[in-house]
Amino acid sequence: MIYRSHVLVCGGTGCTASKSMDIIDELNKLIRENKIDNEVKVIHTGCFGLCEKGPIVVIYPEGATYSRVTVEDAREIVEEHLVKGRIVKRLLLGDKDAEDVSKALEDVGFFKHQVRIALRNCGVINPENIEEYIARDGYRALGKVLTEMTPEQVIDTIKKSGLRGRGGAGFPTGLKWEFAAKAKGDQKYVCCNADEGDPGAFMDRSILEGDPHTVLEAMAIAGYAIGANQGFIYVRAEYPIAVSRLETAIKQAREYGLLGKNIFGTDFSFDIELRLGAGAFVCGEETALMTSIEGKRGEPRPRPPFPANKGLWQKPTILNNVETYANIPVIILKGPEWFTGIGTEKSKGTKVFAMGGKINNTGLVEIPMGTTVREMIYDIGGGIPGGKKFKAVQTGGPSGGCIPASLMDTPIDYDNLLAIGSMMGSGGFIVMDEDTCMVDIAKFFLEFTVDESCGKCPPCRIGTKRMYEILDRITKGQGQDGDIEKLELLARNICSSALCGLGQTAPNPILSTLRYFRDEYEAHIYEKRCPAGVCKDLLRYVIDEDKCKGCSLCARKCPVNAISGEVKKTYRIDAEKCIKCGACLEACKFGAVKKMA
Amino acid sequence: MKSLAELEAIRERALKEINLRDNTGKTRVVVGMATCGIAAGARPVMNAFVEELNKRNVQNVNVTMTGCIGACRLEPIADVITPDGVKTTYVKLDPEKARKIVVEHLINGRPVKEYTIGEAE
Repeated sequence: MIYRSHVLVCGGTGCTASKSMDIIDELNKLIRENKIDNEVKVIHTGCFGLCEKGPIVVIYPEGATYSRVTVEDAREIVEEHLVKGRIVKRLLLGDKDAEDVSKALEDVGFFKHQVRIALRNCGVINPENIEEYIARDGYRALGKVLTEMTPEQVIDTIKKSGLRGRGGAGFPTGLKWEFAAKAKGDQKYVCCNADEGDPGAFMDRSILEGDPHTVLEAMAIAGYAIGANQGFIYVRAEYPIAVSRLETAIKQAREYGLLGKNIFGTDFSFDIELRLGAGAFVCGEETALMTSIEGKRGEPRPRPPFPANKGLWQKPTILNNVETYANIPVIILKGPEWFTGIGTEKSKGTKVFAMGGKINNTGLVEIPMGTTVREMIYDIGGGIPGGKKFKAVQTGGPSGGCIPASLMDTPIDYDNLLAIGSMMGSGGFIVMDEDTCMVDIAKFFLEFTVDESCGKCPPCRIGTKRMYEILDRITKGQGQDGDIEKLELLARNICSSALCGLGQTAPNPILSTLRYFRDEYEAHIYEKRCPAGVCKDLLRYVIDEDKCKGCSLCARKCPVNAISGEVKKTYRIDAEKCIKCGACLEACKFGAVKKMA
Repeated sequence: MKSLAELEAIRERALKEINLRDNTGKTRVVVGMATCGIAAGARPVMNAFVEELNKRNVQNVNVTMTGCIGACRLEPIADVITPDGVKTTYVKLDPEKARKIVVEHLINGRPVKEYTIGEAE
């Protein structure tokens, strides 16, 4: 059935949470009512990336992109746009008066600066229809590999492309495959790490939700390259949409003979199974992940031996991240030379970042390596809300660090980020403005690692807890002379002695904030002052007598009756009773309540 | 899946279906679909365009709609706009004429002069 118009509705987790499935139902109902159901087809897709503006609806062939669509808007979209061909301008994203609505979208800075390789199909195809993936050259790379290339040629292609692991550490993918291919073993495995756990990172989820087949295809290619016939995808149980789309995709791939026995009529057979993770952060670490797939408690084991030699069930295994896999089919089809043309000298291709925090365009972006932090924040991210000043950006999650405003012009790639004390990580990109306390941020990430430490090795189990305690007392105004030095010593020791990547990188948030914001630590410790005005114990709320009109609003809002006074005279806050909730500050219409750092 | 040829066959079939999501460098057929157009029979005209283009496997043309352009007495009206911006306006269309425009104009590149607005006036 050929339709004259396709209505693409985002079915990613973000838009689904904003009722995109209800919008689909309503659209379908109204389309039937208007008797154009044989002309117009509604399709749910993966994430478009602009989660801030969701739910997103795109209508082709016009290419009109509607943002923040509600169920109530469905009627106008159907009756105006689909029946009469009149664009609903008030819902348009970008230039609302643009002559050509599809151009309007391309000109939106958010999309203009992106290069979409891993996300090429997200928001373009229906992830639950294998034929739409095939239409976009899906499984052609697998066909090419199986019928025209030797495993050595495949590995050589990946090596030449310079692709590095997108999960965080940035190990060259081709090299990893080569080790596993050379390892001796009657049985080998291909694993996919979809245990995305960094706070604020959601690129792997979006790829699985928007384009699950690309991961399956790439895993089969990897299987051919190293001589494996079985794959496992380890995905978080907290990603129900991703899990169900993967299940559908695996089923369809088997039906089409793209997984299973004798694929493309060759001797090569390959199948994939899902394993659901129960949400432990450490299971994203490669050895812990494999231990978990084996059915044991998810704890890391010492390396060497490396998984390429002794991985899953002690057999040679490769483990790559979702985004890494998403690049593979394109590299095979377009060639390594094309891929090396994108990016910087040592970091080729693109990286997907999940932009969040104090930024206007929260969402998912894919940029060429070498894009600067400044371009990310102002050209793509649309700047900081409320006209606030940019302070720092946190990359690499709990293993990464902060990049301060002074280093905004750093081109983003693996080596540059490491050099300035952060890391690429899986692609979390949390923007912080002037109201963020850096000690508090370090404490937040440490709290996360303390919580998620598996407890197997003492440096991580005990060391991170001690560091957290020191940070906690600093933020409470009980910091002591020598605390900074103690933190530094602990950090160095943990980095060099923890068993796995989780522990070895756990001190990074402290080290990087100490490096760039040491004065904030010192202000907390020596002056008992939080310069950003975040740490409650170091704050004081006072009422400016000259500005107070005696309206009593603050006293009525105060949950602990800490404010007293007489109407039409001035009020004052009892510092002993005050819990520093800030309710009075929000309530005062005259700007009389002040937060004192 | 037994061969690349088999995959290619699926690809071509599926591509035809999702082709309309790509509107770069394509000729557009814009059918007037305001009240006047619909009353004069624009919907069967538009469907005829879609069906005929599909039947003849034309990939580089998209069919879209627009509102009233003011010449209600000449409805159903459709514009054919090539990627370089040349516009031909056809008036008083019916499904049969639409099919002819697909074959003559959109495939063979010869505008059907007798249906254009210049001839009708």
